[in-house]
Amino acid sequence: MRKDAMEMKDHHRKIVNREALIGVGLVLFNFIWWFAFAYGLGGKDPSEYTYVFGLPAWFFYSCVLGFIIMSILVAIVVKKFFVEIPFDEEEESQ
Amino acid sequence: MNIEALIPLILFLILIFGVGIWAGKYVQTPKTFLNEYFLGGRSLGGFILAMTMTATYGSASSFIGGPGAAYNEGLGWVLLSMTQVATGYFVLMVLGKKFAIVTRRYQAVTMVDFLKERYQSKWVVLISSISIIIFLFSAMAAQWIGGARLIESLTGLNYTSALFIFALSVLIYVTIGGFRAVALTDAIQGSVMFIGTLILLIATIIAGGGIPNIISDLTAENPNLVTPYGADGTLTATYVSSFWILVGVGVIALPQVAVRAMSYKNSRSMHRALIIGTIVVGFIMLNMHLIGVFARPILPGIEIADTVMPLIALEVMPAWLAGIVLAAPMAAIMSTVDSLLLLVSSTIVKDVYLNYIEPKASYERVKRLSITITAVLGIIVFVLALNPPDLIIWLNLFAFGGLEAAFIWPIIMGLYWKKGNKNGAIASMIVGVGLYILSDSFFPQPLGLHSVVLPVVFSFIAYVGVSLLMPITQKQLQK
Repeated sequence: MRKDAMEMKDHHRKIVNREALIGVGLVLFNFIWWFAFAYGLGGKDPSEYTYVFGLPAWFFYSCVLGFIIMSILVAIVVKKFFVEIPFDEEEESQ
Repeated sequence: MNIEALIPLILFLILIFGVGIWAGKYVQTPKTFLNEYFLGGRSLGGFILAMTMTATYGSASSFIGGPGAAYNEGLGWVLLSMTQVATGYFVLMVLGKKFAIVTRRYQAVTMVDFLKERYQSKWVVLISSISIIIFLFSAMAAQWIGGARLIESLTGLNYTSALFIFALSVLIYVTIGGFRAVALTDAIQGSVMFIGTLILLIATIIAGGGIPNIISDLTAENPNLVTPYGADGTLTATYVSSFWILVGVGVIALPQVAVRAMSYKNSRSMHRALIIGTIVVGFIMLNMHLIGVFARPILPGIEIADTVMPLIALEVMPAWLAGIVLAAPMAAIMSTVDSLLLLVSSTIVKDVYLNYIEPKASYERVKRLSITITAVLGIIVFVLALNPPDLIIWLNLFAFGGLEAAFIWPIIMGLYWKKGNKNGAIASMIVGVGLYILSDSFFPQPLGLHSVVLPVVFSFIAYVGVSLLMPITQKQLQK
């Protein structure tokens, strides 16, 4: 490894690490939502299904609503917690 | 096939050419040639980045069968395809700004560049270059066959002529325009897919007499079609969940995806791309696969899965509109092909030739070589696609899983774990690819999981284990 190549300014490193962890957190939430509705509601016999907008409830909540929720969550997270940092800054200071 | 549907398709191809020629102007300055031709000068804005990402993920879904599979399996397959929503935010968040900053500092133009600088090892570079060339070359050949079949079914030309038209159109603009042309046309193609699938879904719902009607038709035919378990109950929760690795989070390790994560201009473009990308990926996946399911009661008994999209479009819409909408799958295939072509040629020129054969090559020479190799590769693929050998088809089947098993930990741990070293990376790549090929050949679904899952787990253990057991000493570092 080139010396210092992976080093970053401390506060920048905190920012990028936090943002990566947020990504992991979102995926876990996304997976749980998707799995719980799909197999929680969809595991029944089809004759017992309830319907939302004509779609089976499990499908509506897991895939349609789940997708909408994720889009909103990503937008909120990016706007609230993501920080703009310059990409070339370290290079200039070397 | 009538003229009315063909005209919009042809206009679409002409538009694409125009973009390629326009983008070609940027490639003129010799000093920045590599950066520009293979990376678009790291200047992509948010919208273009989101769209080129989406178009690239889309190829992973055509790999798992897309609307045709949804037609056969029902809503369970739409559930499976929705695992891809995660790619919309996960890739950019996890590779993230760290990847953008580090690759800039390394002046990396390809994923292999990054691995080379990070691990400082000839073997890491060689193993990864070879995996990329073999796996992506096969994936590309399979896509060319698909593209030619689509033109064949639309125009009524024979397979060879269709393949020729397809090959020519791809080659012309990739060789002229490079990455910028590919990214820009991806943006057009992503937009076509977005609008096209929406129009087609609405037309299909109307033709089927509304959603409640379609669902009750499906339930009457086979109640399993409206459950999460697939037409004959074979899509188990474990199996479908493992697609979160294959087409969800694992996509991070595909070289064609990773290279896009180093091509954007600044933090702001990345933020915009995160929001737009998530919405566009989810929207296209949901629509495209629902169309497949809803087509079933309207056009029962389609036997060749790949023809579901064209047939339903021609059934439920006027011909000219069908032509515009069918530009969408065509768009998907073309954008996959040209990004793969560019990637394989950049691996050969940048990672192998410039690293080990002629490090001091002049800019003029590199430029000529890049364009020539791209063109030559295209011609080889064309010849292979004329009469595809079995080996290519076999390799393509696990190209994506193989690349993910090889690269996921060397990239992620390389970014976020200081102690990771070349020994760990080499072990991880060998274990990942080796185990995946073995598992895929002999135990297709170990423990009910997709065969990519266990290799990803074991390559993680190999990476961490070997990195800790065989640390790089300070002396070796200073060499």
